[in-house]
Amino acid sequence: MKDSVIMVKDFRKVYGDVVAVDGISFEVQHGEIFGLLGPNGAGKTSTLESLEGLRAPDGGSLRVMDIDPARESRKLRNLIGVQLQTSGLPDSMRVDEAMRFFAAYHGVAPAYHLLERLGLSEKMSAQYHMLSTGLQRRLSLAVALAHKPPVVLLDEPTAGLDVPSRNELHDLMHELQAAGTTIILATHDMAEAEKMADRVAILLRGRIAAAGTPRELTATGAGLTKVSARTEGTSLSEPSLNFPGVSQQAFKDEYAIYYSTDPGSTVSAIIAHIQAQGDTLIDLRVERPSLEERFLEITGAGGA
Amino acid sequence: MNAFASHFSFEFRTGIRDKTLLLMNYLFPLGLYGLLGFLMAELNPDFVETMIPAMIIVAILSGTILSLPNPLVAAREAGIFRSYKINGVPAISILTMPALTTILHMVVVAVIITATAPLFFGAPAPVNWLGFILFFLLAAFAHAGLGMLISVISSSTRAVVLWSQLIFLPSMLIGGLMLPYSMLPDVLGKVGLLLPATHAMNVFQGLAQNQVAAFDPLWSVLILLAGGILSFALANYLFCWDSRNTTRRGHPALALVALLPYVVGVVLL
Repeated sequence: MKDSVIMVKDFRKVYGDVVAVDGISFEVQHGEIFGLLGPNGAGKTSTLESLEGLRAPDGGSLRVMDIDPARESRKLRNLIGVQLQTSGLPDSMRVDEAMRFFAAYHGVAPAYHLLERLGLSEKMSAQYHMLSTGLQRRLSLAVALAHKPPVVLLDEPTAGLDVPSRNELHDLMHELQAAGTTIILATHDMAEAEKMADRVAILLRGRIAAAGTPRELTATGAGLTKVSARTEGTSLSEPSLNFPGVSQQAFKDEYAIYYSTDPGSTVSAIIAHIQAQGDTLIDLRVERPSLEERFLEITGAGGA
Repeated sequence: MNAFASHFSFEFRTGIRDKTLLLMNYLFPLGLYGLLGFLMAELNPDFVETMIPAMIIVAILSGTILSLPNPLVAAREAGIFRSYKINGVPAISILTMPALTTILHMVVVAVIITATAPLFFGAPAPVNWLGFILFFLLAAFAHAGLGMLISVISSSTRAVVLWSQLIFLPSMLIGGLMLPYSMLPDVLGKVGLLLPATHAMNVFQGLAQNQVAAFDPLWSVLILLAGGILSFALANYLFCWDSRNTTRRGHPALALVALLPYVVGVVLL
């Protein structure tokens, strides 16, 4: 069994009358990518900022590598790398200067190779305010990783990045994970969480509404698999068709779409029906529920 | 490069790269020096006698009171302090590095003024050079402390303007810079004693220029020293990492304690 690197137990955070986080508990294992998902105001950033030592919890306990972030923030500094939601570097700071500045405070040599890896080598002399949002995010990440922290906390790391940059960041996260780095990834991007995270927790109104691997989460939902079929003729155009396991159906772009709890039986029945009608099947697609659909189901319902 | 050198280097370069800081650190005090040098030498020949210390104090006021606090408040509002905290930059560095680099910019300006004023305007050079340097540093220290305190207690960059002008304008008018302190009415003279500029001018005149001081300059040395130490200590105590500047160890009104040495001066002098 792997070691727990991050432990959150009955964590509670309150701002005035507003309960931002209401007694959540989870653990993150060594070398794991843990996704923290949730709509705006769900408590993701409060949780991350408390793990980073920026906020003190109002209840419960937090541990990052056995360190209490609120009480021992100095010890924590060299153990965590943080990319904040808002990048937060001085406008006049140059790219190479930022690397030197933060590396010096961590007591390590500047990691210029990270700037190169993240596509910033051409911008070494550019001041922070001259960089695009995407480049600012990349610089912030490079600075966060310069001291090779064993724990990395990323708050919306791909916000503002184009597709190639996102893929590059995902590759980098996989490399970090392979090297044993533990990563917490707070994101709105469900596809990213599904692709990157070993486990996720969905926060809703300060509580964990669901937690598990992306596959476990999608399997425990309403479990509706989408079956889409297109035929040459009109054998599927009759709305009153009743296939086994189908609870909803729709028509879109010449496709008949069925949401099924028993996709195997549904597909067999559809094919049998098409053959019986003398029609020809052109295309058939079966898509399992995505994490995004599960997320919408949970957040829309107000809890699991 | 160690953390101190890296931070100092960045802050010093910022003082030149940032157009507003460049203006307030160099262009405004040197422009005013040139302008007043030509105008006041014609209108009030006595001004030339105190020109070097007066213009150096104007430069200190511009750099520390008008220029220093604003970038700090803007940085806090932008969440930069949070990045600093996460990466182990201590509060004391956030406060002292801009103060130290601003003082270094002021040294450059002071050298330009001290070197050129005797040549261009016939202003008397300092008599006690060591004292002149030490009292320059003391005046800069006391003013930088107030600048730090303004940055820490100001809720926004707009509030900075208010607090800064509350010190800058009276210093220019009744701090003994444009008019001799002895010419001020008693009431204004007492108010002037609340300003570090008044004491800085008194010290320069009495102990560096060998001129007649308005009151015992040793009191002014003590008041500036105590005021500077209190200002820096309170700024460090009241410093807040939070971008909304709400979670701090004490009420912002505690900053008024920094004026205590000056209030004692009003009572004693």
